[in-house]
This record gives sequence, structure tokens and C-alpha cells, in this order.
Amino acid sequence: MSDSRRYDAIVVGGGHNGLVNGAYLAKAGLKTLIIERRHLVGGAAITDELYPGFQFTTFSYALSLLRPEIIHELELTKHGFMPLLMPTRFAPMENGDYLLFGQDHDENLNEIARHSPKDADAYEQFDHDITMVCQAIKPLLDAVPPNPFSKDPAELARTAQLAQHMRNLPARVMHNAVRLLTGSAADFLDDYFESEILKGYLASSGIIGTKVGPRSQGSGLVLLYHTMGEHDGAFGAWAFHKGGNGGFTQVLARAAQAYGAEILLDTAVDRVITSNGRATGVALFDGTELEADVVVSALDPRRTFLHLVDPRELPSDLVQSINRFKFQGTSAKVNFALDDLPRYPALGDRGDQYRGFTNIGPTMDYLERAFDEAKYGWYSSRPYIDAAIQSTIDPDMAPPGKHVMSCFIQYAPYHLKGSDWDTERDTFADSVQATLESFFPGFGDLVLHREVVTPLDIERVVGLSEGNIFAGEFLAPQMFFFRPAPNWNQYRTPIQGYYQCGSGTHPGGCVMGAPGRLASQQILGDLTAKG
Amino acid sequence: MIRTTPFYERTKAANTTGLWTHWSGYLVATKYQMSEKFEYFAIRNAAAVYDSSPLYKYRIRGSGAQRYLAGVLARDITTCRPGRGQYTIWCDDDGYVMEDGVIFCTAENEYLLTAAKPNLAYLQSLIGYDKVEVEDVSAAYASVAVQGPRSREILAALAPSVRGLAYFEHTETKIGDAPLTVSRTGFTGDLGYELWMDRSDALRVWDVLFEIGSGHGLVPNGDVALLMARIEAGLLLVDADFESSRFAWNDAHRSTPIELGLGWMFRNLSKTDRPFIGREAIRRELAGGPTRWRMIGLVVDWRDYEQKYSRAGLIPPKDHTPVAEDMMVYDADAKRVGYATSFMYSPVLQRHIALARVRPDLAAPGNEVNLEFTIDHRYEMVAAHTAALPLYDPPRRTA
Repeated sequence: MSDSRRYDAIVVGGGHNGLVNGAYLAKAGLKTLIIERRHLVGGAAITDELYPGFQFTTFSYALSLLRPEIIHELELTKHGFMPLLMPTRFAPMENGDYLLFGQDHDENLNEIARHSPKDADAYEQFDHDITMVCQAIKPLLDAVPPNPFSKDPAELARTAQLAQHMRNLPARVMHNAVRLLTGSAADFLDDYFESEILKGYLASSGIIGTKVGPRSQGSGLVLLYHTMGEHDGAFGAWAFHKGGNGGFTQVLARAAQAYGAEILLDTAVDRVITSNGRATGVALFDGTELEADVVVSALDPRRTFLHLVDPRELPSDLVQSINRFKFQGTSAKVNFALDDLPRYPALGDRGDQYRGFTNIGPTMDYLERAFDEAKYGWYSSRPYIDAAIQSTIDPDMAPPGKHVMSCFIQYAPYHLKGSDWDTERDTFADSVQATLESFFPGFGDLVLHREVVTPLDIERVVGLSEGNIFAGEFLAPQMFFFRPAPNWNQYRTPIQGYYQCGSGTHPGGCVMGAPGRLASQQILGDLTAKG
Repeated sequence: MIRTTPFYERTKAANTTGLWTHWSGYLVATKYQMSEKFEYFAIRNAAAVYDSSPLYKYRIRGSGAQRYLAGVLARDITTCRPGRGQYTIWCDDDGYVMEDGVIFCTAENEYLLTAAKPNLAYLQSLIGYDKVEVEDVSAAYASVAVQGPRSREILAALAPSVRGLAYFEHTETKIGDAPLTVSRTGFTGDLGYELWMDRSDALRVWDVLFEIGSGHGLVPNGDVALLMARIEAGLLLVDADFESSRFAWNDAHRSTPIELGLGWMFRNLSKTDRPFIGREAIRRELAGGPTRWRMIGLVVDWRDYEQKYSRAGLIPPKDHTPVAEDMMVYDADAKRVGYATSFMYSPVLQRHIALARVRPDLAAPGNEVNLEFTIDHRYEMVAAHTAALPLYDPPRRTA
């Protein structure tokens, strides 16, 4: 085998975490190859012109949790990083009224007061309380988590350090953190608010991507996770990258290449080659073998441990944990090319309300009812919709005067009872469109093109098991010490030289990049220790 | 009484914030919507319209116009042909900068000069025996800047000749049926144009611009968004980054062109004998005479900034609102080596940046210095490094 086929590191999967990981490894001087099965990098963070002139963000559709460290350390602004502001948040109501937030704090309080004067100052308290929790938890996002089950003195010390960090938190902050991490979004929000629309709007963050309703325990954790997103110094703020998340992953690819990483497209990895308990390279489906000292899987835990390597080479505890790891994808997308902006009757001809997310989840009851159907194996007849008309803030997304609308839909459970997604695809999309029609009369007449992305499509196209957008559910038993499995929460695997860096590792999903970055720190640390 | 610009009927309808700035006695929108950052991103990613009508504008013409301006302006006007424009400055006898502006050569011996402050008496006092007339035409013109990556597409759809305009060129054209001048100039450091028209045509031009532009994301932008863009672009602002030497109380408040980083205007000084006000002092300074400062960019170290705030239990602020107040710059030994005059958090650079002047020996890009902040009610030094201006310079600006 020629030297050109030998790499210091091969990253399997060119999603955003694979790109981040590969960029850091290349920056550190490793001869790095990133292998992507599809014709473009990005994984679930892509932009595609599915209809002439209309750019679709087929899967993920905004930026928030991206760690600021990555922007700086990988010098992303040099490569075109441009996080456009999403200045509004719009929540239509079933009675035709709405909640509309903009960028002026006091104006937002006025808007809340329109629905409940009491909730206006309660909102300030809520915001302060949850921000304190975010600040307390934030350091955990930016560090390799300790392994509490390890007998290694260094790990014992790190676990003790974590306990110390927790002990130093004010009781009130710690209590709020536990209420969020273990409880439901509904219980937490009920402590502050009476307004249905405000609670519905806020509770929506507690269900995104996860098979929980706002009244399920565990939705608090999801609410907190989404609030941890930080953009230009503000927690819970979101941005839209120029050209969509595909625009963002192209920036990452350019950064990785600038550091010397190679990217191989249209190439599928069959398996990781191992010898005497260590990884020595990868085998492609066409039979080609590529050698490397380090192999990193950016795929989800199921693929990382059960598909890319032989599970018989792994400890049975780990195999069992991965078999039990919950994916149960529950979200879908329906994206539209529109002839014009939808009209919301109460706002007349205004269109500025669409410059951020439009949240169709007007009450907690609405969200909980949408969840009810999912519990019994069916998609919501009136779903929760997180919509964004991205062409209102980035003219590159659609021809002048036309628009693209990304709609994240929940609930759409991967396993349908008594049917399958290929059968249900259009009926499902029709129910989404009917829901939109009920809020935006005349919506259907604006539709030029419709893209339906079921959980099965997410699995088939992106490779995320059961279509779970986070590469594994955000449930307490699958986070931090346990993501993706006890003892293997530090990006290593039982196979020497084989690492994991996908969203199935700490801290988790969203276009965050932290798993890719932290995994690279672990890999580079191990290489240094080895000399 | 405060005045309104020829666009006021439209700017008033567009301004949903109730916030206005007073500029040269006129009302201009501080921002049109609650988010100036949205307007700023229109400049950087779409297009935005800024009502610049309050600028002072002087028409200078007559057979001696070029000769006259060659002596008044520090930058050599004789290289500026009809159809071209120049960023220029005028200085005092000691070589201190009085003001800056853009001058257009509209025809042989016919010029239009823009200025931030009134200069009529000063300019007229220098006419001497030259056959030249200096006229204040500020109120006759309405002007808007159309800036951003989509600006060319929008304007070329209205006036095709705009497409071929090179950086700092201008052309006479029509938009709708209104005759006007379009120049490829601006104060944002982005691709952009300025439109100069008779005040009576202002509203018609505004309407046509938005008719074509809205589909391209065109929005009106207020003062704050403009000031954000100009800091990233390293464009100096009088009363923020320098003071007019005419009205400064002492020399510490005066700046020479070399100190302001404008030495490039005098590259050919030794090859010509053009007399102009301040020439001798500038020549001396260029030849190695004492020079106090050099204007540079500062980029704050993000890690140190985060740590200093986080240690105090505070969320590190990332406020894009420009701050036009002195902030001290120190070296590693806590010795003051300069001061920043404009500071902001730059959304496209994702860094806190400043326009600052430092001792010339520290001016080379990449030098490590400290910038002083007030954190937790205490002065704190945060690491920063010097960088060449402009800090943000997309190729489309001049391409």
C-alpha cells in the first residue's frame, strides 16, 4: 500500500462533528482524512436547491448551540462564517391572537403583559433563574466529562472537582438545575406563568427532538438544553447561518481543508479494521483499505459500536448499553417553496414577524395532545411546528419576492403502529399543511414545492438511527456520565485508536460541535501521552 | 428648530422605534426597527439604504478650481479625473487634520466636496486670486447610500450603467425619471453606492429603490448600523477617532494624517512640488520627524475576555453598539501606550474590536497589548493584539 493511502487519522462521517473533529486534528498537524458517504458534507446540516432558485435546509435549520470556542479556534470567520440575526419570535394562537417577541426587552414585556400583566415580571424572574442555571452548567459543555466509574486517580480527582463545582453553587441555582434536569417543562413553567400562550411557547423548547410531552418528566432537561444555546453572548438566542446550515458546514469544510484535512466524498466506509485490539484503518465498500493510527467515528452510537466494528470485540456490558440506548426518533420536516409570505390575519400585511421562528404550539394542552398520539404509535393530527421562513433574513435562500419555509414537525414517531412511513408520507404532510392553513388562511395557494422528510428519510439519507436528530435521545440516563454508555463517555472506545465524536457523545446533539471538539482534545492528549 | 431631510416622509413612516438622532441639525433615524443588528446584517449580507442628506456638500467650480483645491486639500486632487472621486482630508499649517470628506470631480474644474461639518467660511477664505466659486449646495441635494452585496444588482436593475462603475467612480444616470448621480462610494466598507439627487426627486427615488429592492432584502438602516459597519471597515469618524484641529483645545486632541494611518496619501510627495496647507509639517514627519501615534485596529483576546468576566460571575457582554469613548491601551508592564477611540463587538468577526492609536513602535500587526475594561466595578486589563485596518474587508468592496 502506498504512503498516500496512509493517514494519521481517518474520520468516518462528514457531518458537522466529523468536520469539527477533522479540522482540529489537522490543525494539530495530523494527516487527516474525512470520509463522507454522500456527495456533500454536512450530514444533517446541509442546504440543497431542491426547486430551482429555492434553497432548502432539509434537516437542521438554525444555529444556536455552536460553541463559540470553535468559531475562534478554527478561525471560522476567515472562511465565511456569518450568523445572521433572527430578530423575532412569533407564536400564533388558535383564537387569531399571537405572541410576538422582538429585540427590545421592554417591548417584549409589554407584549407579555397584553396576555398577562403578572407574567411580565415573572418572565424577568424566569429568564434570570434559567440563565443562572445555564451559567452553572455551561462549563460542563466545554470539557470532557469525568468518568465516575474509573479507579484512575486522575478521574477520581475530576469527579471530585465536579462535585466541588456543584457544591459551590447557590442552593437556589442548584435546586432550579435539579428541577429542570429531572422534572417536566410544564411543572417548571407553571411555577412562573399563567398565560397559556407564553407557557405553550416556552414549553415547546422542552419537547424538540425528544419523545416527551411538556408534562413528561425529562422535558425540563430538553428545555434547559435548548436554552444553553448561546449566540453573541445571549443564552437562548438563535442565528441563521448565511446559506443555511449547509452554508455553515461548507465553512467548516473550508476550515478543515485549510488546515490540511482531506475530504473524500461519495465514499462509504464498510468497517473499521482492527488488529490485536487496536484500530489500524478502515475498509471501504469497494474493498479499498486505508491505513490510519486513529479512526474516529462521527456516526451515532449504534453504528459506531454495532456496525463499524464487530460487537464481539467489545465488552458485553457496552454492547448491552448500546442495544438499550434509546433512539426512537420522533420528529420530521416538511419544507416549502412559497410564492409569497403567508398572511396572518391579525397582523394584516406585515411580514417582519417571520424573521425568526414561528412557533405553532399555542398551549401546553396543544403540545400534550400532539404527544398523546405519538405515545400510541401515530403522528400528531395537529402537530407542533417550529417554522422559519429563512428567505426573510437571507435573500440568497430564494428568488426575489419568493420564500422558503422550513417546518420542523413533531410528533412523528419512527415506529408507526399498523403502517409505515412510505405509505403515510403524503397524508402526514397534508395534515401538516392543513394545520398551517388553519393559522395562515390561503397558505396552500402559496405552495410551489413541498419536501417531506420523515424519520425514516432521516435514517436513510443521513444515517441517524431511527431518525433521531440528536443521535440518541436526550434522556437523563443517556447524558453526561452515560452518553453513550457508562465508562465510555470520554470519546474513547474499548478498541485502542478507535474514537467516537458524534452527537451520541457528550454533550449531545444540535449543531453544537462540542462532541467533535472534545473528542479531538482526547485523541490529541492520548497521542501526546503515547509519545 | 430641528430640520427634516427630503426623505422624511418615508423615513418617518419606516421608523417604528420613535428613536431619532440629531445630525447637523437634521433628524435621522437611530434605527428603523428594534434591532439595529438586523439592519447591520442587511449591509453585510443583503442591502440597506441610509439617508445621508445631512452631509454638507460644497460645489467648487471655475477655471482655477483644480489649482485652488490642490492647495486646500492635502491629498493630490490633480490625479482625480472627471468621473472619479477621492477620499480626502484638509489640514492646518502644522500638519494637523482638520477634516475629511469625499470629493468628486464632476467635470473639468468642477467638483463636489462632502464634509461632516460646515466649512463654507473656511473654504471661501482661501480663494485668493483663483477664479473659483465655492457654493454651499447642501440643501439642494438629497442623498442616500445603498450599501451591501446586493446593492449592485438592485441599482443595475434601475440604471444599467451602475454595473460598470469602478470603486470611487461616479456616473450621471436616471432612476425612474429622476436624473441623479451614482457614485461607488460609502461608509460601510462593503460593496455600495451613493445616490445624489435633487431634493424634489427624493421620495420618488426612495419608492423605486424599495419597489425593486425589497425582494433582495433591502431595508432602511439607521445610524447605529452604519457606525457598526464603519468601525469594522476602519473608516474614521470626526469627533470619535479624531477632532478637527480647528476646534481642538490643545495638540493632544489634534492628529496628523500619519498618526491617523493616512500617510499613504503622500506616497508621491517628494516627486511633486505642489504647495498645500500643511505640506511642510507632513513632509517633516514623513522624513522621520517625531510622530506620536499610529492608528491601528485592536482585536480583543476572546479567551481572556471570557475568563475575566466569568471569574467575576458575569456573563461576558457581547454588545455590538459602538462605544465612542477613550479606552486605555497598556503594554505588558502596565505602561500606557495608546488609547482606543471606537469600540464594539463585531458580529461578522465574532470578536470585540477597536480603532485605536498606539505608539508607532507597537503598531505592526500582531503586537500584544492590553485594553482596559471596567469589569465588576474594577479596572481590568484584557489581552488584545494589534491588527491592520480594515479589520473586515470583503473583496466585493472594490471588485
